[in-house]
Amino acid sequence: MKPADETKTISVTEIDTSCRVPLLALFGGAVVWLVLGLALGLVAGMSFHKPDMFADHAWLSFGRAQAAANDLLLYGFAIPAGVGVTLWIFARLSQASVALPLVPVAAANLWHLGVLIGTVAILLGHSTGYPWLEYPRPAAVLLFAALLLMAVSAAATMGLRINRELYPSHWFLFAALLWFAWSYSSANLFLLSNPPPRGVVQAIIGWWFANNFIFVGLGLLGVGIAFYFLPKLAEQPLAGSGYTLFAFLTLIFFGAWCGIPQSAPVPAWLPAISAFAALLAFIPILAIAIIVWKTAAPAGLCLGGGPFCLVRFGTLSFVVSAFLYLAEFCPRYSRVLDFTWYGVGVTQWQLLGFAGVMLCGAIYYILPLMMARELPFPGLARAGSFFLGGGVLLYVLPLVIGGVLQGLKLEAGAIFADVNARTLMFFRISTSGQALVLLGSLPLLLNLFVMTLQWKLGLVKALLAAIKAPLETPAARRDTEVTP
Amino acid sequence: MKNGLTVFLAAFVALGASWFGFVYGALEQLGGQKQTVVLQSTDNWPPQRTGEATLGLQVYKKYGCAACHTEQVRQTDAANEVVLTSLGDHSAQDFRDFIQSLMIVPELMPASNTIVANLAAWKGDLPETVYAGDDNTVVSTLASKLKTVKVKAETRVVPIGPDLQRGWGMRQSVAADYLYDQPVQLGDLRAGPDLSLIGVRAPDMVWHLQHLYAPQSILKGSTMPAFRTLFEVRKKIGGQASPDALVLPQQFAPADGLEVVPTVEARELAAYLVSLKANQPLYEAPFTTANAAK
Repeated sequence: MKPADETKTISVTEIDTSCRVPLLALFGGAVVWLVLGLALGLVAGMSFHKPDMFADHAWLSFGRAQAAANDLLLYGFAIPAGVGVTLWIFARLSQASVALPLVPVAAANLWHLGVLIGTVAILLGHSTGYPWLEYPRPAAVLLFAALLLMAVSAAATMGLRINRELYPSHWFLFAALLWFAWSYSSANLFLLSNPPPRGVVQAIIGWWFANNFIFVGLGLLGVGIAFYFLPKLAEQPLAGSGYTLFAFLTLIFFGAWCGIPQSAPVPAWLPAISAFAALLAFIPILAIAIIVWKTAAPAGLCLGGGPFCLVRFGTLSFVVSAFLYLAEFCPRYSRVLDFTWYGVGVTQWQLLGFAGVMLCGAIYYILPLMMARELPFPGLARAGSFFLGGGVLLYVLPLVIGGVLQGLKLEAGAIFADVNARTLMFFRISTSGQALVLLGSLPLLLNLFVMTLQWKLGLVKALLAAIKAPLETPAARRDTEVTP
Repeated sequence: MKNGLTVFLAAFVALGASWFGFVYGALEQLGGQKQTVVLQSTDNWPPQRTGEATLGLQVYKKYGCAACHTEQVRQTDAANEVVLTSLGDHSAQDFRDFIQSLMIVPELMPASNTIVANLAAWKGDLPETVYAGDDNTVVSTLASKLKTVKVKAETRVVPIGPDLQRGWGMRQSVAADYLYDQPVQLGDLRAGPDLSLIGVRAPDMVWHLQHLYAPQSILKGSTMPAFRTLFEVRKKIGGQASPDALVLPQQFAPADGLEVVPTVEARELAAYLVSLKANQPLYEAPFTTANAAK
């Protein structure tokens, strides 16, 4: 998967630096949203430590802050960061600089504006009320326009490739873009139209969207990124090319049908299909786990921190969180797991442990390359990656375990208030994990910010130098031209 | 897969198929759903909400209440019961002997042990559940045999499951329940109790208002956040408490001379909560109402 050496028309360094402007626009905002989203999530959770805390500040109440925080992690961070990494991978695989470089810059600005509008709207109480689609119409339109522009730029970069063969990363990342654009536009067109569909159809569209956007979409994105980075780490090609195609096809065909909860008040065929699809979707996850194991295991355990460590943690998180997610669709388990903190834990594992950590790793890897300079605070970055990994586990494991216990007790008919009070203990432990993840994300923001500043200062210096440089008179130039 | 078009087509077909099934299919089946009829009645279901309650759903959405509360209950099974309501001229012992004589009927054999055991300790109190279980043959045979003697018995359908046992619902939630909800607020986490029957469990608007202002004043140790922004703390006009003012325990009451008055939003939200009552049997979720049993 390494860029081939033959017929090199453009050097790797040139490719990397060509990504600088578009990727900074995507990553810069994304990392700010990541830190803000984590901070807001932490604030939202405070309501469970002291219920009265935000009684006089409606905008920070759990219902609003939690939704805004989740959307910041998904739309604010995961998508722009993921698209940025996709652009870079496509440019590298095409051995060409990013096509239409101004398009992703425009897209990034539209996107971040949309996220800003959406977040403020939720906090002020203008949420649409649909889970994961809380952003009101103006924000949703901006996001969709930006998503289309990003996809156009990515597809154009992919089209520039010299070697016409497609790599597995191409399949996964390209499909991810289609998944995001289709599911987001379709769900919003139906739900934010006037009048929207009647009754539970709204919920069904919402479940279809959440499954396809988060489980399949982010899954394709993350696996595509992992399949690019893991061979680099192990210094050997991706294992099992036949497996990879099999995993890709089964993931998109089976994964797309999951998502309808087993207890949903809808006609029985909908949850039944989801249960069957979830059972089948174990196959691609298992196949991906085998490919990853065969590719990355020879490199040995990687506990040194740094980008590859994060990518591997993210890949592992994908496999585990996908298994936990699919287990929710087993009718027998769903009776216990539905409506508990288990679902919250699994979603956070997917959003933060998988997409978040993997994308942080990819950004740490790409950042020095595209800025053509070393990270200003490499020590902090390494420490941050331990906080990210450890924090995620401390955040999601108590929620998952607490959720299972909560579900078992409720299923056995225990008194709700007692179970609730006991489950809060797990929630409170998870808050400390949340704080660690926030700490771990700060070095990324710091490194990115300082590097951008250094680059901009460099630009200003170059500009000043150009202004201050003595003007060359026509006579002088003639002289230099004449003297050979 | 070496061709970009192949990848695109594969992805398009995969996502398109699920879109066709779950989005288009659901719209076709349920998008034109209309009110249904309540079982053994001419009433329509669901009833249209009052204007205030309809606006209350928007307040429910605005504060993200669905982040912690579900509006859907599950049912694991339904038990069929044969309940004896009147003995007529017979004594309890006569009835017990009669039942004993029925136990040779082949249809009743599978349940004979439970039925006899049920009645062994019975002292003649009514109503008495003769049989409870999921065997329809036992229920129908028993009911028809009891008709031959002069006792009164009836069959009941009793939905069962932990949610229902907790009193959160009378039957499972079904698609028809949400016909008038815009947006539908099913919720997926129970950090607080389910609300699909809250209008029956707590029918008093004043209770809801106090609970919204200070949840801990009603349920000690409640983890629900207070929503004080839905209320106005103001000076008593001319020293007289307004009729709408909340009557709060000392610990939660404002300083002397002040009173807590619900805003319009608080009233709407309380009206919405009171309107949540999925308490009618439907064709797809039948149960025998308590009224019919009396």
